[in-house]
Amino acid sequence: MDHPKNKKTNETNPKGISRRGFLKGLGVTSIGVAAAPKSELLAKLEKTPSPNGKLLGKDAVIITLEVNGKSLQVEVEPRFTLAEVLRDHLNLTGTKIGCERGACGACTVIMNGVTVNSCMTLAVDAIGQKIETIEGLEKDGHLSKLQESFIEHDGMQCGFCTPGMIMSAKDLLDKNPHPTREEAQEATAGNLCRCGTYPKVFEAIVAAGK
Amino acid sequence: MKKFEYGMAKNLAGAFEFLKESEAKIKAGGIDLLDLMKEGLESPTRLVNIRTVPELSFIKKDEKGNLHIGATTTLAEIAAHSEIQTRYRALAQAAKAVATPQIRNVATVGGNLCQRPRCWYFRSADFNCLRNGGDHCLADEGENKYHAIFGNQDGCVVVHPSGTAVALMALDAKLVIARKKESREIHIADFWVTPEDDVTRENILKHDEILTEIILPATEKSTTSYYFKQKEKQSFDWPIADVAVVLEMNGKKCTASKIVLGSAAPVPWRIEKAEQVLKDKQISVTLARQAAAAAMVDANPLSQNAYKVPVFSAVIYRTICWAAGIDPFAA
Ligand SMILES: Cc1cc2nc3c(=O)[nH]c(=O)nc-3n(C[C@H](O)[C@H](O)[C@H](O)COP(=O)(O)OP(=O)(O)OC[C@H]3O[C@@H](n4cnc5c(N)ncnc54)[C@H](O)[C@@H]3O)c2cc1C
Ligand code: FES
Ligand code: FES
Repeated sequence: MDHPKNKKTNETNPKGISRRGFLKGLGVTSIGVAAAPKSELLAKLEKTPSPNGKLLGKDAVIITLEVNGKSLQVEVEPRFTLAEVLRDHLNLTGTKIGCERGACGACTVIMNGVTVNSCMTLAVDAIGQKIETIEGLEKDGHLSKLQESFIEHDGMQCGFCTPGMIMSAKDLLDKNPHPTREEAQEATAGNLCRCGTYPKVFEAIVAAGK
Repeated sequence: MKKFEYGMAKNLAGAFEFLKESEAKIKAGGIDLLDLMKEGLESPTRLVNIRTVPELSFIKKDEKGNLHIGATTTLAEIAAHSEIQTRYRALAQAAKAVATPQIRNVATVGGNLCQRPRCWYFRSADFNCLRNGGDHCLADEGENKYHAIFGNQDGCVVVHPSGTAVALMALDAKLVIARKKESREIHIADFWVTPEDDVTRENILKHDEILTEIILPATEKSTTSYYFKQKEKQSFDWPIADVAVVLEMNGKKCTASKIVLGSAAPVPWRIEKAEQVLKDKQISVTLARQAAAAAMVDANPLSQNAYKVPVFSAVIYRTICWAAGIDPFAA
């Protein structure tokens, strides 16, 4: 079998559409990043101006999110969660949605230097915050040391929990470059793995810190 | 979630201004509120975000030595605060034991105190339980494994969900509640509402009132505290039994104590009978076991939760020992 490292993530089928690309195409066309004149929508952003705060209306407004160092404009309603905006509106489908209730950690991203469940974060609360997602870890086509370590140590089976797991691990390594197994366990306590790959996950994190 | 307007308050005045709308709801970390909204149990027409109010997020000491904690201080900030870890250990332990790292980074202490119960009937839009306006409690005669063993004879048998409430009760905290320009200070014990008083609410807050801060009284060097949460699994979980113990010590003697149980009753549950056992005695494993037995005298388990009684007994005696700095497992 191919080593997972040698596999391309976006394999194309004979018809020339990648499965991922097809799925993304379905989700995005109708929503997309807003095309309406920007100034008009920005004006709607504040329903009633007040020195004591801003009041957004119920409908969509254009906001700017800073994701993996890039400023991205996107049209959102106040009720949209960051997880759905990342996935469905910004095509960043690395972040997963499992329980949608803050219990599984599949949607973990780093916001202003701390991990959060993006399914329980409103996109409008992420305005002005530095958001890091799994897509931001790779640099110039090279996976990060942490991602390599997950591959090396078989830190995944189905892979559904992996982006969230890795974001919790990245946050740990950013603060504590040489964690112990206990520290790795504690940092990923909010990430459930339905395949039960925990021992390999902890191994991968500890090894990435060495 | 249904559509809502979103007020991003810059200060308390802004929060009160946005709260004038009668269907508006305060949002702090949003962990509880968004869950209820996703389930369709709450559909406010406006959310008022108070996490954007800088004057609600702080930890500071006054000249008398009392510690003030702003209501939107996160559980992670409380758990990591060195003075809370040393002077109010039970609170740091309780904050650290709540949920997951991701949730503690966002959930606020005010929101943790005001969160709604986790009873599965109450939390599901498919059931119309007493607390949701139905005519009877479905857990009382239904699935009640995680429900109350005290205070469960007034209709609804939920347990209070807040872990920090247990520690704050034992530590004699005061709460500051503001409404527009007025504010009042109450003891945390007077904050809770029992099913007997009003089954549709868990605390006294009115729609346009904001819990602004928590005040912990100055402690003596001789005060010690401990919080312990018993879970079913090792990793994160809701408690099946949690306990906070505060001891005032004079040498080896305990002059006064507070013992409070969580996951036991619809409100955080103080056990004065157990406190009496410790009064003016030297703490030992035997005495701690006697106190735990006294704590359970009035327990009234439901059809599926009698197992909680021995669990609580064990957890109470151990937590008393840990608070006193003795080994609960010493022969
Ligand atoms: C997987 C999981 C596990 C969990 N485990 C635990 C656990 O073990 N122990 C535990 O204690 N909790 C647990 N929780 C619950 C979680 O801790 C609470 O939902 C959280 O603390 C609520 O805080 P918040 O700031 O997000 O509140 P919000 O959701 O913003 O608010 C909650 C309620 O309080 C009101 N409110 C908030 N702040 C104020 C204020 N300052 N003044 C007036 N009203 C206010 C809001 O209107 C709302 O009704 C768990 C949650 C999850 C998802
Ligand atoms: S999808 Fe967000 S925690 Fe499960
Ligand atoms: S690898 Fe399958 S859920 Fe973790």
